[in-house]
Amino acid sequence: MAYALTVNAQLYRVDLPAEVPLLWVLRDALGLTGTKYGCGIAACGACTVHIDGVAVRSCQVPLGDVAGSVTTIEGIGTPGNLAPIQQAWLAQQVAQCGYCQSGQIMQAASLLAEIPEPSDAEIDAAMQGNLCRCGSYDAIRAAIHDAARRMRAA
Amino acid sequence: MRRLATYTRRSFLLVSVAVAGGVAFGVWQAKRTLPNPLHPGAGAATLNPYLIIDQSGVSIIVPRAEMGQGVHTTLAALVAEELDVAWDSIRVIHGPAAQVYYNGAALKAALPFPDYALTRFQERLRAMTDVVPKMLGIQITGGSTSTVDAFDKMRQAGASAREALKAAASSRLSLPISQLATDSGAVITRTGLRVPYGDLAEAAAQLPAPDVRLRRPADWKYLGKSMPRTDMLAKITGTATYGIDTRQPGMVFATVRLSPHRGAMLSFDAKAARTMPGVQRILNLGTGIAVVASNTWLAFQAAAAVEIKWADAAYPPNTEAIFAEIAGAFDTEPNSTLRDHGDVDAALTDTVVEAEYRVPYLAHSTMEPMNAAALFVDRHLTLWCGTQAPVIAAQKAAEAVGLHPEAVTVHTTLLGGGFGRRAEFDFAVLAARLAQAVPGVPVLVTWSREEDMTHDFYRPGAIARFAGGLVQGRAAALSVRLAAPSVTRQAGLRLAGIAGFGPDKAMVEGLFDQPYAIPNYHVQGLIADVAVPIGFWRSVGSSHNGFFHESFIDELAHAAGRDPLEFRIGHVRPAHEPSAKLLEAVGAMSGWSRPKAPGTGRGVALCYSFGTPVAEVIEVIDQSGEIRIARAWIAVDPGRALDPGIIEAQMKSGLIYGLSAAVMGEITFGGGAAEQTNFHDYDALRLHTAPAIEVRILENNRSMGGIGEPGTPPAAPALANALFDLTGIRARELPLNKVFSFVK
Repeated sequence: MAYALTVNAQLYRVDLPAEVPLLWVLRDALGLTGTKYGCGIAACGACTVHIDGVAVRSCQVPLGDVAGSVTTIEGIGTPGNLAPIQQAWLAQQVAQCGYCQSGQIMQAASLLAEIPEPSDAEIDAAMQGNLCRCGSYDAIRAAIHDAARRMRAA
Repeated sequence: MRRLATYTRRSFLLVSVAVAGGVAFGVWQAKRTLPNPLHPGAGAATLNPYLIIDQSGVSIIVPRAEMGQGVHTTLAALVAEELDVAWDSIRVIHGPAAQVYYNGAALKAALPFPDYALTRFQERLRAMTDVVPKMLGIQITGGSTSTVDAFDKMRQAGASAREALKAAASSRLSLPISQLATDSGAVITRTGLRVPYGDLAEAAAQLPAPDVRLRRPADWKYLGKSMPRTDMLAKITGTATYGIDTRQPGMVFATVRLSPHRGAMLSFDAKAARTMPGVQRILNLGTGIAVVASNTWLAFQAAAAVEIKWADAAYPPNTEAIFAEIAGAFDTEPNSTLRDHGDVDAALTDTVVEAEYRVPYLAHSTMEPMNAAALFVDRHLTLWCGTQAPVIAAQKAAEAVGLHPEAVTVHTTLLGGGFGRRAEFDFAVLAARLAQAVPGVPVLVTWSREEDMTHDFYRPGAIARFAGGLVQGRAAALSVRLAAPSVTRQAGLRLAGIAGFGPDKAMVEGLFDQPYAIPNYHVQGLIADVAVPIGFWRSVGSSHNGFFHESFIDELAHAAGRDPLEFRIGHVRPAHEPSAKLLEAVGAMSGWSRPKAPGTGRGVALCYSFGTPVAEVIEVIDQSGEIRIARAWIAVDPGRALDPGIIEAQMKSGLIYGLSAAVMGEITFGGGAAEQTNFHDYDALRLHTAPAIEVRILENNRSMGGIGEPGTPPAAPALANALFDLTGIRARELPLNKVFSFVK
């Protein structure tokens, strides 16, 4: 069955079964590979995207249930036009292997939209679902504070 | 097969091959210049295997796997430093798999000498091992060797190209070379005329490569500084391409389901799976099945729906029986005695401390599950994968589909974590086999997380038995016997069909080679023959031996009634002054001598691995009965710090990796299969449970060491020692959450 889907302000038609998770629609059908597969059970956060601005694990959202506009890492900024949060990630040199960072950035962006100047405790609470096997946590925390400053200044 | 027949990663066998090799193959073979594998198109030129220059700028080839350790930044800086190119103008690519990109430092660590006390003869012997990777074309990223290997040769590549470009400019402008300089990608004259490298490269490529003296560290612009990572922009915009992101026109998406017992498949029934949506093919792999579909998730669903009967495992069915086999090795002849100083038995007279330690099997659990893409067309195979060993991946894939290795092209992508797992080649071979089954169609084979975790080459379980003797508050004797399966031998069997022989250094590294002046010191390794698949896990033998050795040193300190930091410094200083300085540094950083707040514990550990000593202090806090790992301090001495920012990141990374395993990492076996399947039961530290970390870099050691692994070994013992300080409970087994309750 064909579904209509808005991703990064672009309309797509997708012919896949309703139960295929959004993650695999994005990656294999739409070629938006910035969103990563890590676990498939909402235990690592690598697949985090926004639906109507709210962070969700795209591995848990069946295509048939996607109601709202989807934003992926490709939709928040580009190498030539970084979003403030990406500027902070760049300034803090956060990524190591980098595989989890799309999800980290999308989760942090949702936190900052809700709480513009999060405390360390609020960062702890918001980011604990996002695993990083390289242990870039120090840098992620610094980048979230940095992003808050940049967004305030903007 | 000849090239593989003698290759294992760290086996002592290779040392004899190395020494004999120089003779057997002759000086010409050992010294000859290997061909440049780069063939740039029109308008571009290559001056050596590390450079392509065209009108748009300079591309630097960094033929090592970028798996997070920053190698695509630091190795590029080696070339850029000498070449005089603006940092933000360079492009970095991995380049092809080729003999010229051999890792000359890969086997240095195979020699059974402690790095902290090398004699001149041992140093010369180590330098000779360069010849083996060169002749075998061992292009491998591992053993924390990339910067050590590249330090001279990639700077030389940049310097030589710079001088050739100046020579080309000299001819063109009819000016003596002495009147030319270089800056930001151009040759410049005294009158201010700039000739971009792109205009000179083709002429320069025709000139012989000049031999140039390298710049002095005092003149460096990039090296020694924290450079912006060349891979950062792509990784924060979702535009970085990992193996799993390979996309080709007409690509199909596949997965595999292999025996959880790591053996044969007896029978399977794919009737239901065959009619599921998106399914195109179901293949019998002998050891399991593969599903080719239109979408990876649909392939996962169909693979799960196949009914399969598996043959039994070739190893004992459960953890208890596996460890009984490991313990059984204590009753066998030792494989190695790499430290045998004094007379331990005679010294075990006064105060004697005895202890047995053990650690579990561990998974690598890279964030990116195993995968590879392949295209088989006209008896040529193209592979796209994140691999730490592209030449081996190509050879093994070629073997699997009946091609010559020359008929395989490997594109090494970025790696979503490696930690040693991607030094294996199983994922590449599976992709090659699937591609052969669907010729002309590019296929991406993605493993589910469950498949990844249950089909790892695990860090082996290990048991250590110690006896230590104290006389007048000092360690007079230390004896340790280590029983574990041999990673080196298993890897040798997989790679070359031979297990190797001689002492296995890797299994006792972190025990026999530590810089402690203990007069009676005895270290034995005993190999347990257990068939559970095992492999190289970040810091290899030191990953368990660091915990064993530094926990036991702590026991000796406490038995002697001495402060554990001061006790260490007293024994380390006579053996290796730079290591003693690290202990003093972490002591100062952590305020070790100041009184602790109530409910706080501190532990220290030192481990010298991969050429780099690292000391760590960890502070734990009792938070209403739960343990919080609050802070950590790391002092590291890599001899020469090429990029402090990346070194700091690697130290933190190594610490978190070690702490994650120490707190909760454990693979257990039941019914012949690994029992952990995903991050819900094989987790790691998270942002809210990770400590705040400070790093200090010292440069007192006499030679440059590695960075990717040495941060890991001291993490577990520093934590266990802190827990002892807090609770009085000595943990002699990992993971620590078996005994302690941590903040979740």
